[in-house]
Amino acid sequence: MSKQTINLNVNGQSVSAEAEPRELLIHVLREQLKITGPHIGCETTHCGACTVEMDGMSVKACTIFAIQAQGKEITTIEGLGNPDKLHVLQEKFREHHGLQCGYCTPGMITRAHRLLEENPNPTEEEVRFGISGNLCRCTGYQNIVKSVMAAAEELNTTESAS
Amino acid sequence: MITGSFDYHQPGTLQEAVALLAKLGDGARVLAGGHSLIPTMKLRLAMPEHLIDLQAVRELKKIQVTGAEVCIGAMTTQAELIASDELHRAAPIVRETSLQIADPQVRYLGTIGGNVANGDPGNDMPALMQCLDATFVLSGPDGERSVQAREFYEAAYFTARDDLEILTEIRFAATSGGYAYEKQKRKIGDYATAAAAVLLGKGADGSCEQASIALTNLADTPLYCEAASAQLVENGLTEPSVDAAVASAMSQIDPVDDNRGPAEFKRHVAAIILRRAIQQAWARA
Repeated sequence: MSKQTINLNVNGQSVSAEAEPRELLIHVLREQLKITGPHIGCETTHCGACTVEMDGMSVKACTIFAIQAQGKEITTIEGLGNPDKLHVLQEKFREHHGLQCGYCTPGMITRAHRLLEENPNPTEEEVRFGISGNLCRCTGYQNIVKSVMAAAEELNTTESAS
Repeated sequence: MITGSFDYHQPGTLQEAVALLAKLGDGARVLAGGHSLIPTMKLRLAMPEHLIDLQAVRELKKIQVTGAEVCIGAMTTQAELIASDELHRAAPIVRETSLQIADPQVRYLGTIGGNVANGDPGNDMPALMQCLDATFVLSGPDGERSVQAREFYEAAYFTARDDLEILTEIRFAATSGGYAYEKQKRKIGDYATAAAAVLLGKGADGSCEQASIALTNLADTPLYCEAASAQLVENGLTEPSVDAAVASAMSQIDPVDDNRGPAEFKRHVAAIILRRAIQQAWARA
């Protein structure tokens, strides 16, 4: 089955790749487009390390063929912040020790970003339910939840101040 | 994990999709949200030569509430079911169930049509649809036909849908009274160890005017518990009557040992979950 051209908008930039229909979005992002923020954890839809945003939805990039994402807008952790200007969520994960090994973190933050877009004032329970598709084997989640709550508070303060 | 090779098709209308499926035949599978099919393909338990992606078939994405009738397009996602206030007013048990399926990422893409058509006994929507006495609309080369959810499931992954048909719509009547979908699972995102969908109607005199009970993942198909439902209508919600209804439903189940536990454990859990669902639905009636 021959390769086809897949056009995506990744982190605000139009990009394209040649891929067989069976190539997963996570493989095209990482191996062809060299966007290595989203990780491959389990590759079986469980762990959420490959989470990216697609047209305003959090999706697991290991469970969608790249060709299904044809023409769509993708946001990865690289699109949220960079080492010179961290996103508030990244700042708060650092401040509250929301990561240890860091493997789940890009997926966790990308998911938390969408969660706060949809629910800017979540309760702790809503945060836990909202990130239930992302597994972390280090932290026990306590500090991740703290980080997301702190980011929500900061974002709300900034917004009401501006 | 890489799937087998396939050709990808993206029809823009239902008519095109049905024609493509008829043309490509046995080697083709319809792709909805992909969250059952893609994992199955990764394991090479499914190796379709053609995938017909329905994402561009807009007529399959809809939630319509017309009077007391609800009509949901097959490509409507769990997230869209949860977000619809109109649907929540018409049948609140749908949101309650949808929120217990998988996790947020899966719910953004997973569809109601895929969930009911796949025939996986672990899926939650089939029992819900039996509880709601829903009708499934199927489109194939010979036109459209309807099958009741209570008649649709034949065995695990075997349904009344013909290989050349596409499940397009789900229709059911808006509900009144109390409702509950109770699900025991090992962790968020898991399939049910046991789950129960219950709808109950309470009369002004406190009698049980209507009852509908269905169970998830306790046999190789979802189970509509007709006798247990009739038992509650006949004898009300007294303790002995609920005991009798639960016993009746338990006589229907046929769980198997697997990584969710031995069959005996599942029987134990199923009775507790059904009792909780009946109590919750009655409290809300």
